[in-house]
Amino acid sequence: MTEYVVLSSILFTIGAVGVLVRRNAIVVFMCVELMLNACNLALVAFAKQHGNLEGQVAAFFVMVVAAAEVVVGLAIIMTIFRSRRSASVDDASLLKF
Amino acid sequence: MFVLETGLEVPVVAPESADGVLGLVWLVIALPLLGAAILLLGGRFTDKWGHWLGTAMPIGSFVVSLLMFLEIQGRDEEDRQVVKHLYDWIHVGGLRVDMDLLYDPLASLFLLLITGVGSLIHVYSIGYMEHDPRRRRFFGYLNLFVAAMLMLILSENYLGLFLGWEGVGLASYLLIGFWQHKHSAAQAAKKAFVINRVGDMGMATAIFLAFTLFGSTSFTVISARAGGASEAAMTAFGILLLVGACGKSAQVPLQAWLLDAMEGPTPVSALIHAATMVTAGVYLVVRSNFVFEYAPDAQTAVVVVAVVTILWGAAIGCAKDDIKKALAGSTMSQIGYMMLGAGLGTAGYAFAIFHLLTHGFFKANMFLGAGSVMHGMDDDVDMRHYGMLNKAMPVTFLTFAMGYLAIIGFPGFSGFWSKDKIIEVAIGQNLLVGACALVGAGVTAFYMTRLMLMTFFSEKRWQKDVHPHESPALMTVPLIVLAALSVLGGLLLAGNWIIHWLEPVVGPEEEHELPIPAIGITVITVLVVAVGVALAFALFQRQRVPDVAPTDVSFVTRAARNDLYGDAINEGLVVQPGRRLVAGLFVFDRSGADGAFMGGGAAVKALGGVLRKVQTGYVRSYALSVLVGVLVVAAAMLAVNL
Repeated sequence: MTEYVVLSSILFTIGAVGVLVRRNAIVVFMCVELMLNACNLALVAFAKQHGNLEGQVAAFFVMVVAAAEVVVGLAIIMTIFRSRRSASVDDASLLKF
Repeated sequence: MFVLETGLEVPVVAPESADGVLGLVWLVIALPLLGAAILLLGGRFTDKWGHWLGTAMPIGSFVVSLLMFLEIQGRDEEDRQVVKHLYDWIHVGGLRVDMDLLYDPLASLFLLLITGVGSLIHVYSIGYMEHDPRRRRFFGYLNLFVAAMLMLILSENYLGLFLGWEGVGLASYLLIGFWQHKHSAAQAAKKAFVINRVGDMGMATAIFLAFTLFGSTSFTVISARAGGASEAAMTAFGILLLVGACGKSAQVPLQAWLLDAMEGPTPVSALIHAATMVTAGVYLVVRSNFVFEYAPDAQTAVVVVAVVTILWGAAIGCAKDDIKKALAGSTMSQIGYMMLGAGLGTAGYAFAIFHLLTHGFFKANMFLGAGSVMHGMDDDVDMRHYGMLNKAMPVTFLTFAMGYLAIIGFPGFSGFWSKDKIIEVAIGQNLLVGACALVGAGVTAFYMTRLMLMTFFSEKRWQKDVHPHESPALMTVPLIVLAALSVLGGLLLAGNWIIHWLEPVVGPEEEHELPIPAIGITVITVLVVAVGVALAFALFQRQRVPDVAPTDVSFVTRAARNDLYGDAINEGLVVQPGRRLVAGLFVFDRSGADGAFMGGGAAVKALGGVLRKVQTGYVRSYALSVLVGVLVVAAAMLAVNL
């Protein structure tokens, strides 16, 4: 049991650090997916431990939302790349004080 | 310092339910109110017949009043107070105020005076205002006034009285400023309104106090519980009522508005500012006798105010060349006599009301007479332009002479009986007060004789192209009726009728010991009056009266011409400090209050300027802040769980 949670934590940490340090929007996006799947792993693991289905159902929801998010997110990244010729998240920083 | 004895038997207001013709008491108020509504809302459609309707309404009220008077006259003394419950007015929590009308011997006399004299003045106004394009509106206002005044008199509680009180104030304002195109009239109306607000403040506070002390504003309740309240509370109550009475009745120190109120049309001066509304203060004091009987200090205050006003008004009356202002000074002084009677307690209440009635007759008569004179003299009010009008206006002259003889207290005329009685009671209670009242009577004789001589005798000082003529019958008939009443008003005292009549309201008359027999006081009064008349005769008949008022006059005359500097006193004591207070508050508002708010705003703005730097536009820094937030929340939850 502990192994699953530790793996989930490691995956989540890799994802979070990736989001914070990488500039490429595609990589940032993949890191976000990594965090979501880390969460899924934890949910399924806990569902298994408690012997019910709620965690597993939640994991399905997360997958559906993640799929939808990928569609929208990739479309936005494509559009930004087309207009700015760059996929760096630091370049798109006009919306500020 | 003198002590006024309090009567042990203070009558309690304990009315029965009204039935029969007395149940019609609401009609007395409703008729003029309906008239006012029709005339003021009907607009130009009522122009043709509006004045007739306006006159019919108070006459209708008079008929009802007369029927009711005859009804209670035939009853036993203890059955003469009746109350008519109209509807529940205010029922909120512990506050219960009903729209009740109280009809008793005191109210009956007032009803007859207001509707009777009021009807005569309405008739007179038809002639007087004939050429005024806004005559219909004038009658609307007059009806409104009559309705409000009747409400004031008939209400069974202080709140209803206050309703009428404010109503007459409004009507007074509208009518003083009736010729609003004249700047002076507009100013005078505003002045009357503002000074009356000062009195109303006292009145309103008195009502609050009544509610706190007795849990009610009803006369019935308060008169039953008055004995249980502390004397200090009753004194405060009485003084506050006196402040209200001073404002409405133009008593010193709230007297300054009455002289300017003469800017209104003359019938208004006669009805509102001589015969009825200005006597509301006297009514208030007499009606609140159950308050003042338990508050000797408040009674003393009433007496002091009254005596000062008697002499103040008389001094002004001596110096004015404007016939209406001279009469206004006289009104002030005569109301002082009524207040004096009311302040003297059980011994004087009946005489205060007696003088109020006779004054209502003869002063209305003289004001209408003055209006008739002005009518014939092209609206000139300066007595220095009159003279020898007795030939040109015989009816006006003769009726005016009746009023004149009544006010100076010529033996046999109404004013003789009423004023003499007040002076007698005053002397019986305090020699100094009595002496002042006596001096006032002498001065009254002086200024009224001066007015009479300058107007109807001495020599012609008419301006060019002025052709005095007698007024039409619509104006002279009311004059004749009022003149007859001025002569015969003294009959009310025949067999001490009025004293017995008012006994259920104000209690039995108190016996008072006189230092000299009553007949001696009467003789002295008549002698003082004769001296005043003789002095005026020597000054204004034997000597020539200049057309233009002489300017090289003594300080006293100059002061009296300026209303004894009443306006300057108000200016110095109230207006200037008020302005300075406002200026100070303005500075405080700008620097203190505004500073606090603006400073707070500026601080928040500066903080916002710093905090907005957080919005860098870099997605990664936002992500970091989200992560830190999640960690903080998670740590907090763990900390709480552990």
